Amino acid sequence: MTTVAAQVKKLTMIQAITDAMKTMMKEDDSVLILGEDVGINGGVFRATEGLIEEFGDERVVDTPLAESGIVGTSVGLAVNGFKPICEMQFFGFIYPAFNQLITHATRMRQRSLGRYTVPMVIRAPYGAGVKAPEIHSDSVEALFTHIPGLKVVTPSNPYDAKGLLIASIEDPDPVLFIEPMRCYRTGRTQVPDEKYAVELGKAATVKEGTDVTILTWGAMVQDTVKAVEKWEAGKDASCEIIDLRTLYPLDKETIRKSVEKTGRAVVVHEAPETGGVSGDVISLINDAAFFYLKAPVQKVTGFDTPVPVYSLELDYLPSAQKIIHAVEQTLQY
Amino acid sequence: MEKQFPIVQYVDEDGQLVKDDARLDKEQLYQFYRAMLRARMMDKKCLNLQRQGRIGTYVQYEGQEAAQVGSALAVEDGDWMFPTYRDHAATMTFGHSLTNLFLYWKGRLEGSIPPEGKNIFPPAVPIASQLLHATGTAWAEKKKKSDRVSIAYFGDGATSEGDFHEGLNFASVFNIPVVFFNQNNGYAISVPMEKQMKSKTIAQKGLAYDIPSIRVDGNDILAVYFETEKAVERARSGGGPTLIEAVTWRYGAHTTADDPSKYRNQQESDQRRQTTDPILRIERLLNNQGWWNEAAVKEMQEEITDEMNDALQASESVEKPDLNQLFDNVFAEPTWTIEEQRMKHNRISKEVGQ
Repeated sequence: MTTVAAQVKKLTMIQAITDAMKTMMKEDDSVLILGEDVGINGGVFRATEGLIEEFGDERVVDTPLAESGIVGTSVGLAVNGFKPICEMQFFGFIYPAFNQLITHATRMRQRSLGRYTVPMVIRAPYGAGVKAPEIHSDSVEALFTHIPGLKVVTPSNPYDAKGLLIASIEDPDPVLFIEPMRCYRTGRTQVPDEKYAVELGKAATVKEGTDVTILTWGAMVQDTVKAVEKWEAGKDASCEIIDLRTLYPLDKETIRKSVEKTGRAVVVHEAPETGGVSGDVISLINDAAFFYLKAPVQKVTGFDTPVPVYSLELDYLPSAQKIIHAVEQTLQY
Repeated sequence: MEKQFPIVQYVDEDGQLVKDDARLDKEQLYQFYRAMLRARMMDKKCLNLQRQGRIGTYVQYEGQEAAQVGSALAVEDGDWMFPTYRDHAATMTFGHSLTNLFLYWKGRLEGSIPPEGKNIFPPAVPIASQLLHATGTAWAEKKKKSDRVSIAYFGDGATSEGDFHEGLNFASVFNIPVVFFNQNNGYAISVPMEKQMKSKTIAQKGLAYDIPSIRVDGNDILAVYFETEKAVERARSGGGPTLIEAVTWRYGAHTTADDPSKYRNQQESDQRRQTTDPILRIERLLNNQGWWNEAAVKEMQEEITDEMNDALQASESVEKPDLNQLFDNVFAEPTWTIEEQRMKHNRISKEVGQ
């Protein structure tokens, strides 16, 4: 009994993220953390709490306040034998680093025909619903899924957070790991103590169902689950919910199989609608499962507006009502 | 500020030594001379090839040979070089092959690949971004407790970019063994120095970061070489970064795609060939020392011509790359998206006969 209990802990997502970094830093001396306030302060969300005490300031580095500097120097560190984990304090602060990411980190492998590679992870908290100031809550994953040479990963629960982050650190190429702030402390799940990886590029079927496939990620996963559970009570239809987990590359097989089974699909994301990842998901469904579709694929998304501040941010986020409305539209088609 | 950062000169425009303690030996002077001659002949060759349509848009450097060659001779195997796409005089001096240089300008990825054992980054095309790579790479060397250093090249316009400041700041805060080597040729394409910055020198920008900074005569290869050597030695021995401003001049355009007579007096520029030219200066120095050897120089020119012709021939005999090269190096393992696009391309190009 005690041995089983010793192998798992109930952790929040932020604790699971810390655990992933700690696990990898213990195992591999080349893993470094660079970011603003990641040292003594343990990160503004405490993601790196305790790591400077354990690994020292040579491996957990409080950098100057300069996102391009963090990512740019990490390109050099990564090429020269280290595995940097860069922390962006918020996803909306990544814009100054965009140039380094798009012009160097992601194309170094090709520009050097494999001579130089950039095994780097950039972690960034994102998403609305935590009453943060302007810019902090931006959900701009689609800017990054469009960049060749970059994987984009987002967990929705503590178990996946640890496993996906370990897989990201072990990946030989740059990975953008975006963390839904709303999920950081909204629940604990069992997380194994040992090292394990959740394969990148694989979606998870969060809930099985027969009539509509809902494809979503990040904080919208839990919102969707709640909305659907409430709606399904007393209905003879059911939804299958898929957490995409990796936004580039998408898990084509899981999406295809589910849509072939249900014949209907709804994509839910909080990012702005135009140019969002939903476009790629729908395109993939058209390619892979067009003849199974009984209705056009619906989207429930944020607006093509800046993510609003506090007073309107909950109105911006896709609500349970909007998600269910889209589900019913596809069923009535 | 100009007084605080005087331009360090070892040899004046007449080829006279102005620094008594400069080490000077005939063999080394000829090494400098040959490397600059090689760089200039290569630049001229590339310009001609571009005019003939045998390479793409070309980025020339004629006039900046002393700055690039002198600094490149001051670093060693195992050190890291971060060029821009104007700095092939530096990379070829450091050991990059001429064949690959031609390939680079033919738009071939192979052109960026340095010889085994030479740490040369692919040329940076965005401005100032490579300063951070140089800092990060040297930081890694410091963490590994090696004595290897980085040298990063950039122009005057680059000092307006955020990454210049972030690079200097990181290097300063973490005491990183990196040499920031600026070539100030007075213009960022068409924008003259005085419209680029109010500061009269670039070296003074190092003050803000507490980085030792120096201005050198960028057309005086002895000044460039010995001062870069000092900076490299300081970095190697744990003394941290240095900012070097090499004041120089480029005769030609920014690239083969622009016309400098639109934004500067090109006649004045051409007149500099008689005065500040870095190769002429070392010729005068050799003459003044009584070391000038016409026959040896002629032999050098012939050797370099042969080397360039061989390299050009080699580069022109390389077949066009297979498109698969493009799909192979985006990730370590291609994603399904890339594999599908590869297969789709191959299928459709067969169907449409392309």
